[in-house]
Amino acid sequence: MYVKTYQRAKSFFGEFERKPGDHLTTHYCPGCGHGNLHKYIAEAIDDLGLQDRTIFVNPVGCSVFAYYYMDVGNIQVPHGRAPAAATAIKRAHPDSLVISYQGDGDLAAIGGNEILHAANRGENITVFFINNAIYGMTGGQMAPTTLLGQKTITSPFGRATEREGFPLRVSELLATLEGPTYIERVGLFDNKSRMKARKAVRKALRNQVEGRGFSLVEILSPCPTGWGLTPTESCEWMQEKMVKQFPLGVIKDESASREGWNRYRQVVPAEKLPEILDLTKESTEQFTPTDVPGCYRNPSIKIAGFGGQGLLFLGKLLAEAGMRHAYNVSWIPSYGPEMRGGTANCQVNISTEPIGSPLVSRPSVLIALNRPSLDKFEPEVASGGLIIYDSSLIDRAPERGDVEVIALPATKLADEAGSARAANMVALGAYLGRTNLLDQTGVFKILEKMTKSEDQMAINRRAFDAGARFAMF
Amino acid sequence: MNNEIKNREDRGRVEVSAEECKGCGLCIEACPPHVLELSERLNGHGYHPAAYLGSGCTGCGICFYTCPEPGALTVFTLQAT
Repeated sequence: MYVKTYQRAKSFFGEFERKPGDHLTTHYCPGCGHGNLHKYIAEAIDDLGLQDRTIFVNPVGCSVFAYYYMDVGNIQVPHGRAPAAATAIKRAHPDSLVISYQGDGDLAAIGGNEILHAANRGENITVFFINNAIYGMTGGQMAPTTLLGQKTITSPFGRATEREGFPLRVSELLATLEGPTYIERVGLFDNKSRMKARKAVRKALRNQVEGRGFSLVEILSPCPTGWGLTPTESCEWMQEKMVKQFPLGVIKDESASREGWNRYRQVVPAEKLPEILDLTKESTEQFTPTDVPGCYRNPSIKIAGFGGQGLLFLGKLLAEAGMRHAYNVSWIPSYGPEMRGGTANCQVNISTEPIGSPLVSRPSVLIALNRPSLDKFEPEVASGGLIIYDSSLIDRAPERGDVEVIALPATKLADEAGSARAANMVALGAYLGRTNLLDQTGVFKILEKMTKSEDQMAINRRAFDAGARFAMF
Repeated sequence: MNNEIKNREDRGRVEVSAEECKGCGLCIEACPPHVLELSERLNGHGYHPAAYLGSGCTGCGICFYTCPEPGALTVFTLQAT
């Protein structure tokens, strides 16, 4: 009785949807090595019994469509970034089997940085590095791995060291690092080399399952189309030329001594987080929401001025206070590299509704503390909105007729209260005095925690009160 | 040749899915007992697919691991009943 012994792996889809009219074959050219590697990986996943726990990171290159073939979890990532994505996936799902599958253009050229650092961190992932010494998908351009003398469409005279430098031996390079566990280079050009490749694939995957750390298998692979050779000539070329530049064999193997290589799995009990993050001094006291007139509810606020005027602080205070009044809040700053003197703004949402985006592009409230800010943001304010501007610094009034305006001499009032730098507190007082958005006692309690000294707090109170008195109806 | 050996059942059998074969010819080079060839006929994609000569397969599976296509080749082995 004959039984099926070598057959299509279960980790392949039953039908491939890539090509119209042909749901059985891959999109790879005749004789391409990608298919072989796909088969070895799929078979290994079958044998490990991990089809449902495998996440295949699809690169850019011919193998960008591997997700049409591999019936496992799939993600497609930007060019060269597979090791970074694989790192994140593995850390978020430590029990998954994460495969970064990359070509030489992807891994050795644009993704050189990513692979270097993933290897150096010793991430517990498996990387398959298909090296065919050329950019296949884009039509046969020179790659970092292109051999000396090899003609490609971008090295038409043959690669020469004077012009194009030397072929990059990535595996040897990575093997100098302490992080990687297992690095082997294999080939796909004769029976023996293919069997060794299959074995290396299995070992690299098993290493990950057993928590032994970073494994990379470099696979010298034929690209008959890119090389302009037949599939059989390609195998001969690999054997004669490619193996000389990229010798086969185990380059590094510390698999045996790397058990439990999950260094990043640090479990922190949730109740310890506040202490670790130094948050124990923060109060979580909640305040009762105030009665806010309809037109002032759920504001989208833009606060803008010079850096150093306390705009970001004012925004944070509003967001924090909003949160303590059981509102949904968001706060994002926008500023240049200068700590003082540059222009800055922050955007705050305080809402009874969920906040979809923290961006405030149509503010219902604009607090402008300098002239450029008023000039820039006045047109953005929603009709029926509120503009509070520092009339002691800004020499023009808003031109809009469809908004409510408070011409607030903020810096002058702050100066009178003890410090011109408390203009932000005057603006806060004016805003809350007019709108009754938040409970003043609650805001002061939060402000006390955020203020360094009693003297400063006294100034803040006086400045706030001056603003509130000025703006109250 | 010893009649007994000649008549013995082959240890293996290979099945080619002609429409999945791209005619790259690698399996033909790889097959140790040389029992595969490229067919004269063309498949639906215009390739000459590989074909089994009909006898002599040892069921070693080497053609399977040589073939880049997931399902073009299936190898059967003889099991004691």
